[in-house]
Amino acid sequence: MSVKQHETQRRPDRAALAVAAGLALFGGVIVVDAARLADFGGYSGVGPGTVPRMVGIALILLAVWTVAAALRGDFPERPRQQPVPVLWIIAGLAAQLVLLNVAGFSIATGVLFAFTARAFGQRNLPLALGVGIALSFAVWMVFSQLLLLNLPAGPLENLFFGRPAP
Amino acid sequence: MSSFDFLMQGLVTASDPMLLLYALIGVTIGTAIGVLPGIGPALTVALLLPVTYRLDPAGSLIMFAGIYYGGMYGGSTTSILLNTPGESASIITALEGNKMARKGRGGPALATAAIGSFVAGLIATLLLAFLAPHVVKLALVFGPREYFALMVLAFVTVSSAFGDSTLRGLTSLFLGLGLACFGIDQLTGQARMSFGVPDLLDGIEVTTLAVAMFAVGEALAIAALGNVGDDKVHAVKGSVWMSRADWSRSWKPWLRGTFIGFPIGAMPAGGADVGTFLSYAAEKKLSKHPEEFGHGAIEGVAGPEAANNASAAGTLVPLLTLGLPTTATAAIMLAGFQQFGLQPGPLLFVTNPELVWGLIASLLIANAMLLVLNLPMIGLWVKLLTIPKPWLYAGILLFATLGTIGANPSTFELGMLLVFGLVGYGMRVFGYPIAPIVVGLILGPMAEQQLRRALSISQGDWTVLLTSPISATMLAISAVALIVPLVMRMRGRGALLRQMAGDED
Repeated sequence: MSVKQHETQRRPDRAALAVAAGLALFGGVIVVDAARLADFGGYSGVGPGTVPRMVGIALILLAVWTVAAALRGDFPERPRQQPVPVLWIIAGLAAQLVLLNVAGFSIATGVLFAFTARAFGQRNLPLALGVGIALSFAVWMVFSQLLLLNLPAGPLENLFFGRPAP
Repeated sequence: MSSFDFLMQGLVTASDPMLLLYALIGVTIGTAIGVLPGIGPALTVALLLPVTYRLDPAGSLIMFAGIYYGGMYGGSTTSILLNTPGESASIITALEGNKMARKGRGGPALATAAIGSFVAGLIATLLLAFLAPHVVKLALVFGPREYFALMVLAFVTVSSAFGDSTLRGLTSLFLGLGLACFGIDQLTGQARMSFGVPDLLDGIEVTTLAVAMFAVGEALAIAALGNVGDDKVHAVKGSVWMSRADWSRSWKPWLRGTFIGFPIGAMPAGGADVGTFLSYAAEKKLSKHPEEFGHGAIEGVAGPEAANNASAAGTLVPLLTLGLPTTATAAIMLAGFQQFGLQPGPLLFVTNPELVWGLIASLLIANAMLLVLNLPMIGLWVKLLTIPKPWLYAGILLFATLGTIGANPSTFELGMLLVFGLVGYGMRVFGYPIAPIVVGLILGPMAEQQLRRALSISQGDWTVLLTSPISATMLAISAVALIVPLVMRMRGRGALLRQMAGDED
């Protein structure tokens, strides 16, 4: 997901070519995986690999079509993308993923909350972190204690563990 | 028993205080998410699926339907007061509604939208009730090949009939179909596309994909645009009541909008946005004041708002009677049914009539609740629009990941959320539609199963798909729906189709 520049028309659209490569790769993986399956066609002659193979081939054909469209410059012009906010959100999601089973739901999700708020222009990170952890903890109490959802607990949750939800 | 008796029984079921409470929660959440930009009914239902796992099936489904209806009501408020559609079916409303608000006529605009939505919701829900048993009768003669043909038709109309590019619509659809290949094959039990990872054996969760596409992808795409400057909320000045002239100019568009929106929703034709566009075009043509269009014509609010609510009810016809979702929201609702071990379709009307008719009847009740929620309490909803963007999107991602973690608290699932979120972001940047990938993922396995059943019956003879008149007709319509827009776009007449693009809900 790189930054897209405004390219002049009529030049091959490189980002679109990358999309085509991705499609071809996905289609190729599906076709190869389908070939691995033993074909219990049975009465139908259609086994577990048949439909994936058709889908995979269709994806490869769509990749070819995408290349043609990219060379013709048929892709719509894209608004200028700002990488920094995008990276903040990705970092937030990654941090939540890493922290979830270590620090528990509230802290991990609080970090995601703060990073997302930062991406949308909230400058005061400590404030956002505080609000995020408090809000996530409230959500954790409602959903894990009241609605019995299985949300990972960490030090913060364990501190209040066993306390009935308000 | 006639539809009427069933509906009366349904009303008795739906008047249960607990179910009334579920309906009220549903319409309240629905209105709120309809008002908030950047979050629509499809996402909300996806988020709530894991939460409702332990709740009552009837109550949960009534809540989901309430969210769908409520989203259609709430979206108009944002369109009129902020000029930013709260959800995709309200884009047209913004054209005239926001102009009315700028002239200080925001009150009547909100009123005609709410009352129009009520009228349309009422008529369309009754149409749903009286039509459903007939469609069920028709569906009973459907065999695997007819179901397969029907799904092909849904694939084509959702992905490529509308929107600005056949290529991008089909690509999105086939990405969904490709993701549908992950997991254990339903007929032979072989593991496909699992690469030895146990987490992949269950396949890709529809809710994970939907949440990633709608919440994460959307948040990334909006963040990437940077700060575009604050939108101005127009205060509601004066009375919300409509004058006599407003009434007389509104009632015909309401009815026309209803009868345009309902069939569009009921046919696999790509969602509520198409109906709103057609209704707007019709009102513009029929109006006695065509010069007012573009400057705040009340007909341009009344018609499309009625059409989008009627479409929502129309969408429930194929969903309940055939198990066929035609919009992203309906696809997620289908996942909701499946979560409770229920398969919508003709059999559900026989095996579980209480639930189906209770659901339909509760829509009538929800519709009345929405009128009350939206007219006198409009000021409360407007306050939602003043939530600053950083807090709003941070909150959306909080609840988005809550849904995913609640369904399956594994880092693998969160990793998929991140990956699909990036895919969703890329798709938005390049102008790929989102609904086809979701519909492809949920309908793909069903279509494959029907195809393989049909071919088992015919012992591998593919012509069987064309020897049934019903199936042959539907496949022919699919081919036309695929080819005609393609030719129109090649001849440079794609602008009309682009305007009718069905986006997310």
